[in-house]
Amino acid sequence: MAIPCVELRNVSLRYHSDGKPVHALEDVSLVVEQGEFVSIAGPSGCGKTTILRLISGLMPATRGQVCIDGQPVAGPQKRVGMAFQNPSLLPWRSALENVLLPLEVVQPHRAQFSARRKTYEEEARRLLHIVGLDGFADKPPYQLSGGMQQRVALCRALIHQPEILLLDEPFAALDAFTREELWGVLQELWTARGCTVIMVTHDLREAVFLSNHVYVMSKRPGTIVYQQVIDLPRPRLLAGTFDPRFVDYVRQIYDKIGEVRQ
Amino acid sequence: MSETMRLRLQSFVPPVVAIVAFIAAWELGCLVFNVDEFVLPRPSVAFASYLKWQTAIWPNALQTLMTTVIGFGLAIALGVALGAVIGYSALMYRALYPLLIAFNSVPKAALVPVFVIWFGIGTIPAVLIAFLISFFPIAVNVATGIATVEPELRDVLRSLGASQFDIFRKVGFPRSAPYFFASLKVAITLAFVGSVIAELGASNNGIGNMMVIASSRFEVPLVFAGLIVVAVMGIALYAVFALLERRLAAWAYRSRTV
Repeated sequence: MAIPCVELRNVSLRYHSDGKPVHALEDVSLVVEQGEFVSIAGPSGCGKTTILRLISGLMPATRGQVCIDGQPVAGPQKRVGMAFQNPSLLPWRSALENVLLPLEVVQPHRAQFSARRKTYEEEARRLLHIVGLDGFADKPPYQLSGGMQQRVALCRALIHQPEILLLDEPFAALDAFTREELWGVLQELWTARGCTVIMVTHDLREAVFLSNHVYVMSKRPGTIVYQQVIDLPRPRLLAGTFDPRFVDYVRQIYDKIGEVRQ
Repeated sequence: MSETMRLRLQSFVPPVVAIVAFIAAWELGCLVFNVDEFVLPRPSVAFASYLKWQTAIWPNALQTLMTTVIGFGLAIALGVALGAVIGYSALMYRALYPLLIAFNSVPKAALVPVFVIWFGIGTIPAVLIAFLISFFPIAVNVATGIATVEPELRDVLRSLGASQFDIFRKVGFPRSAPYFFASLKVAITLAFVGSVIAELGASNNGIGNMMVIASSRFEVPLVFAGLIVVAVMGIALYAVFALLERRLAAWAYRSRTV
């Protein structure tokens, strides 16, 4: 069997917050294959975001091991791109300059940045074009709507061609219409890039629409209690969300989360 | 009239009108209430005195400008350094802040005699007082700018494996730029106050010294001429930093036209 792209082995995490011990994760095991789109769903405060922070290397695990391509994660790395719940754009940079940010930090792009700036800018503009932001490249973030800012954040997470894209409730702050529109955009980006995506969400329709595989977590201390393979043809369309099979998947996961919350 | 010209007029006309009105009110007030020149000279008298003593005023004004700029430069260098340290480290903040407050609470004028004992009469006490009085707002503002960087912005950089220095360069520094420039505008005017205070008692040149000599000779219009020269230099340097601010921290002001 091939080495899994991302693997969590019996990972637990305890930390102190305001002096109180928090038992965030207990014995989480998870395997994500290369090129998969995986969602992690669960009640709020169950440690979903924590899992992403562990994979991205922003936080170490208390016990267990997090591996990427078979290598234990020791700190942040350039193979990973991340988009957060808030777009978190730098307000003093234009949309284009925000997208370019990772290239100024991550090697080997960093060393070539001034020499290849033109090429990089073209690449950034191409990404902005895919997410439908033609003509907004030079606008500062405050002139963009929430949905547009989140699109820019997606482009920024992808510009350095990461093998793994981590998404932390990327559309949670958006209105329903914008959110569903961006599902399509994300599906397109994922298909074009072929990267592995791990997304945390509490929106079950979002999870089913986008994923090959949905994991459900229990409440704190979080652990994986259920997993569901989503076997629906791609590209998935919004109209398909009314399809009985789609609705069944959502209901199964919904029921499972209901049990977990009791 | 073009749009840019109209905007330019909009930014220049109100302050010019206000200053002219102030001078006119002062002049008229003195005339109407028949105020003695010895108490409060009219601006026109102060200006005449300025013209008469020009050659004596300018070397002193330049001396004051020099001490102010040197003291202010030191304040920027040390203020930014200390601000960055206490902005980044909660421990350093807790450790140093009370001490900073204590130093800032000491009236700077009270330090002049101490500096005279240490360094003698001359330029050094004036530079030091200008430095001390303008250092505090810069350090506090830079610290605030850095300490209030959103953790989310920091995480964006951290998740890319950026070093602490990268994070400072890409996030901390630009994020605190508006705070920094706001503090410079306050600090430069304070720096003038500092050097003139020191010159009043502890220098053989500079505008402050000139004013002491003028008042001992009852040349009150010359005292006011000196005050006005200091005020004009203050406005000029303030304008320089306001301009820099507009250019380097424009993002923080968005579309506001001030």
